[in-house]
Amino acid sequence: MSQVPAELRYTKDHEWVRREDDGTVTVGITDHAQEQLGDLVFVELPEAGAALDAGAECCVVESVKAASDVYCPVAGEVTAVNEKLGDSPELINSDPYGEGWLFRLAPADAAAVDGLLDADGYRAAAEAEDH
Amino acid sequence: MQSPLHRQHLTLGAKLVPFAGWQMPLHYGSQIEEHHAVRRAWGVFDVSHMTFIDVEGAGARDYLRRLLANDVARLEADGAALYSCMLAEDGGILDDLIVYRRKNDRFRVVVNAATRDKDLAWMEGMAGGHDVDVTERIDLAMIAVQGPEAAAKLPGLLPETLREAVPALEPFHAVEGQGLFVGRTGYTGEDGFELLLPGIDAASLWEDLVEKGAQPCGLGARDTLRLEAGMNLYGTDMDESVTPLESGLGWTVAWKPADRDFIGREALEIQRDAPERARFTGLVLRERGVLRNGTEIELADGRRGTVTSGSFSPTLGLSIALARLPAGNETRATALLRGKPHPVELVRPPFVRHGKACIAT
Repeated sequence: MSQVPAELRYTKDHEWVRREDDGTVTVGITDHAQEQLGDLVFVELPEAGAALDAGAECCVVESVKAASDVYCPVAGEVTAVNEKLGDSPELINSDPYGEGWLFRLAPADAAAVDGLLDADGYRAAAEAEDH
Repeated sequence: MQSPLHRQHLTLGAKLVPFAGWQMPLHYGSQIEEHHAVRRAWGVFDVSHMTFIDVEGAGARDYLRRLLANDVARLEADGAALYSCMLAEDGGILDDLIVYRRKNDRFRVVVNAATRDKDLAWMEGMAGGHDVDVTERIDLAMIAVQGPEAAAKLPGLLPETLREAVPALEPFHAVEGQGLFVGRTGYTGEDGFELLLPGIDAASLWEDLVEKGAQPCGLGARDTLRLEAGMNLYGTDMDESVTPLESGLGWTVAWKPADRDFIGREALEIQRDAPERARFTGLVLRERGVLRNGTEIELADGRRGTVTSGSFSPTLGLSIALARLPAGNETRATALLRGKPHPVELVRPPFVRHGKACIAT
């Protein structure tokens, strides 16, 4: 199984969420997701300042093989997007939990992150999907 | 089924996928890096899933002249090869293949994996009345060595008797000796070779190639390379419902001599003389996005066609496709991607040849 860092939160749609010290959260797609997609070639990011609902389609990640929607894990306002992905979408493949992050969000309700899956919960969900 | 190189693939960390009943490598980490290796240096592919068929006997030549839309009489010397479609009576494409002429009017045919059962049944069925043996060679493996450095680096790994002959081969010619059959053919748009050899010998050659620096490449890179080269893939770009004339393959139909009665000829002649038929074209999308198999294409007058194979072109950094569109001479159209219209240009394939872009980027 691919990497599932214990300190992150997850959705069953293969997004990860990291709480930052300044109260924002960083969002990306999991190692498992990038492995399934294969080489990423385009990423369409949300606009900074956009207000997103939980579950909203907010990014498209497109690989050689397929295009896939990314859903916003919790409601909030986009504070930053990873501009590097415009020229280097492959960062998502090489470093999905680091350089390959997608966007940062000021959550409308900080507690909403607690409602997401933990690493064990995500691992179970991903394995169930594969079988 | 597993290729004779299955263990090597596992050792190299291949992502294996089911393909026509085989477990074959999709990639060994990054299909884009594999793609670039073939355009810029060299790569090696396991294509042992293909179907190899020997056609031999006093009637082999006449049999193939009836069976194939291209004409094996064009193969004037031993070792020469040609690309052809094998058609049904109605002109529909049963498969595309390469046929090599060997010594003493023996022939070797390489057909697709997914069409194996159908092809063998058809070829055996059509053999009646000809003095010919049709024999599948399940004992053979096939390794493709492709890229601008292939001709310099492969010969050193071959038996001495082939070391001079292999780099001297003309394109679409083969040479054989000591259990090895080497053709200067491929499916990438680069210089390169396809080697047939007994499955039990495949692992040692594969390991030599990898050790010498050939990048192992999977089906993913094979697909983007052939698409850039403007080469059709059976099952997506064409099948039994279309003819070579509707698939950009009119050049593979040998109309002369007019009295060669190949299967499908009558149907093709009627279509050839008809005023309008679907056209097969290349597409380029310059906006962000990727044309996919099945993407709908709309012409200015509202008529629609379909992408038969589309992907991202690693060499060009944009999306390209092959598509079947209604007759006409437009040079632009609109692709509907995820519900949104995107302008596309109609171009004549190939998109990339010998490492160079054939379209403005």
